[in-house]
Amino acid sequence: MLVDTNKNSNKEVSSTLLEVKGLRIEGLSEKGWQEIVCGVDLTLKRGEILGLIGESGAGKSTIGLAAMGYARDGCRITAGEIIFDGIELHSAPENEKRKLRGTRISYVAQSAAAAFNPAHRLLEQFAEGPVDHGVMSRKEAKEKGRALYRSLDLPDPDNIGERWSHQVSGGQLQRMMVAMAMSCGPDLIVFDEPTTALDVTTQIEVLKTIKEIVVDRNVAAIYITHDLAVVAQLADQLMVLRYGNLVEVNSTGQILEAPKQEYTRDLLDARTRHEKTTAQISNPEILLSIDNITAGYGKGPDILQEVSISVERGRTVAVVGESGSGKSTLARVITGLLPPRSGDIRFQTDILPAALAQRTKQQLQKTQMIYQLPDVALNPRQRVRDVIGRPLSFYLGLRGKEKERRIIELLEQIELSEKYIDRLPDELSGGEKQRVCIARALAAEPELIVCDEVTSALDTIVAKAILDLLQKLQHELQLTYLFISHDLDTVASIADQVVVLYAGRVAEQGSKSAVFQPPFHPYTRLLLSSVPEMKQGWLEQTLTTREAKAGIAREVKITKRGCPFAERCPEAISEICSNERPPLQTPASGHFFACQHTPEILLK
Amino acid sequence: MLNILKIFSSAPWSAKFGMVVILFYAVISIFAPFIAPYGETELLGRAYEVWSDKFLLGTDNLGRDMLSRLIYGARNTIGLALTITLIAFVLGSLTGMIAAALGGWVDQVLSRIVDVLMSIPSLIFALLILSIFGTAMPYLIATIAILDATRVFRLARATAMNVAVMDYVEVARLRGEKQGWVIRKEILPNITAPLLAEFGLRFCFVFLFISALSFLGLGIQPPTADWGSMVRDNATLIAFDDITPLLPAGAIALLTVAMNFVVDWMLHKSSGLKDVG
Repeated sequence: MLVDTNKNSNKEVSSTLLEVKGLRIEGLSEKGWQEIVCGVDLTLKRGEILGLIGESGAGKSTIGLAAMGYARDGCRITAGEIIFDGIELHSAPENEKRKLRGTRISYVAQSAAAAFNPAHRLLEQFAEGPVDHGVMSRKEAKEKGRALYRSLDLPDPDNIGERWSHQVSGGQLQRMMVAMAMSCGPDLIVFDEPTTALDVTTQIEVLKTIKEIVVDRNVAAIYITHDLAVVAQLADQLMVLRYGNLVEVNSTGQILEAPKQEYTRDLLDARTRHEKTTAQISNPEILLSIDNITAGYGKGPDILQEVSISVERGRTVAVVGESGSGKSTLARVITGLLPPRSGDIRFQTDILPAALAQRTKQQLQKTQMIYQLPDVALNPRQRVRDVIGRPLSFYLGLRGKEKERRIIELLEQIELSEKYIDRLPDELSGGEKQRVCIARALAAEPELIVCDEVTSALDTIVAKAILDLLQKLQHELQLTYLFISHDLDTVASIADQVVVLYAGRVAEQGSKSAVFQPPFHPYTRLLLSSVPEMKQGWLEQTLTTREAKAGIAREVKITKRGCPFAERCPEAISEICSNERPPLQTPASGHFFACQHTPEILLK
Repeated sequence: MLNILKIFSSAPWSAKFGMVVILFYAVISIFAPFIAPYGETELLGRAYEVWSDKFLLGTDNLGRDMLSRLIYGARNTIGLALTITLIAFVLGSLTGMIAAALGGWVDQVLSRIVDVLMSIPSLIFALLILSIFGTAMPYLIATIAILDATRVFRLARATAMNVAVMDYVEVARLRGEKQGWVIRKEILPNITAPLLAEFGLRFCFVFLFISALSFLGLGIQPPTADWGSMVRDNATLIAFDDITPLLPAGAIALLTVAMNFVVDWMLHKSSGLKDVG
């Protein structure tokens, strides 16, 4: 049994703050009103944190909002009681509820970038709530804002509030939203996936803030997420939901250690790392090689600097790094959308023309791409038949019956049945959409598929199924993947080779086992230590590591001089690292990293 | 057919009213020669006769039957407005989508031309062109069509820009599709709804514009019947407490209102907003 470090000793776990009984909510769909939350009960004591877990469509957010007595447009609460500190919210008049929201209950949304108004300064927005509710004067509210920013270790707390939302990083913005939720000193905060869109390192930064606020200030919280490992760091109780029904509710430790329901076990299993073992390939052939690529947009700085990567046929090469490291730019260079400033791209032995317009149809056919967001990668007006059929007729000249047969064959390959052929993207789930995108890529009969964060927008269970499918297809069709991801768990389960990018340069490159076990480059270490583990107390442990102390809550900065990672590096040698280009260290053949330190020193 | 009925029955009363009115106008314009009791330009009696069994709505300043001219006027004015709107749409949406899809200097050149055209007040511009080239029908059509195409261009370009940055457009480009295909298959289907709605509104404006020009004597030339010039020719009657000259004006107003009802409904449908009841 793990020690429950979440429990704060001075926490008064006494009176009930929120009680929800028999909550039923209906949502409006094309088929009319349908029940999306089917009778859920929950109780939350003062200072307690409840985690709501489930896939999309489980009703998590709807329940979270209902805890504030609110239902989104197109939703209505049909039955049940929501008692917040003795006040029944379901039947309370709207102005009564408005008085509570923002003062005693507040809400933190998933995307801070979308939740802040870009036309107002951050501190003005902080002050809005308290001033509107008449809790404080504008001056007091701003003072409180600065004090909160200071206690949350935000950089330059006295002036950061005078900035606009686009002037601070994603992690900082999310932390400022947490601060904003605290403006009136609420009793309850509803967090709706506050770290889902963030990098692992940024996630830790935000989790730390949330933990400080919620646990240390004894505020009760409902934390909504699909990621068990994340919520395990915060929650006292976990509630597993599926299709609007309660699956299981128990203390966090119990759920992690001894899940009672099959579905909970599935969730746990999907989050557990399944390492791929690399099979030997008898005579390796280099399919794609990128030599010394430097690239950037317009007149801007070089986003990629002297990047060289080679990809063997039949293998999966993962490119990892935080946002801003140049991963997506690399994909754009390979596909020809962004001609590089210097360097060559070779496919087998031919040099590919830099610009898309100069590439031949055969060259284009060999490289296909799968995107992060299947919603915008599929034309909402095209049926599955047209989506998959177009590459068939475009590249292979298939028509009529032959084309139809091939479409059905491809649908079977991606484990969808024939009846999907006439559906529009709207009629598919997120996972199914991504499968159709895969089929579209396969239809071209490519040799290389560039996968840009293909699972990051999906639920854990769905993401795992997509990864399994990609592996199966690789096995059957000898496909080669260039797999771009910020999620090291995903990378570990699919990659043969790993390239760690930082600020547009290759920090470390080699076979997966060489790069990860043990990690040499301090940046690789930081990334690895930032992946949440499925155990309580992991967050505290990680925050004490040297890597985290030096590297968390810092931005990626592109520099021409020295090592770009120097200012986040616990091993940095002052003067040298920020001025001199790090030399390449080669601990083994095919494995190298860029650092002033030798492997021996780093392993100590 | 069943499908059309189904859509019709699901529409709100305002849109139903609008559709019925539009249908009524369409039937009148198409079958004008069969419906009108007299010919379009026949001189039948004295000027300004009052409403009677013979001339249901009286006669105009030259003694032509008012009702017949109203019916023929529908045909002329609506037909002309429809032609002009169609030309403006083909021109405007095509160039707008090309500007959005190609970007760069093509976009710059097209957009600046449109800016210049839009910076001149449209009535002044039309008066200028028509007084230089004369009021022949082709000039009238071309002038108003180009003026309206600028508005359509702006809408088409703006909506197409939003679509052009989508990943599925990038997918098509990476596949090696030609611009024409990207515009026709990827962009156009996704901007049809706002374009259609705009079509309805544009049609109203064109209609009003023609009437305004006719009222000023630069639009449809006599003896062809059209609603704008009918108002002008018989305007003096209003001083004698006769509402007859207001009838063509009323006909214009009713069509405009009907059109807007239908457009509102279509915009609402394409916006995907849910009715919360």
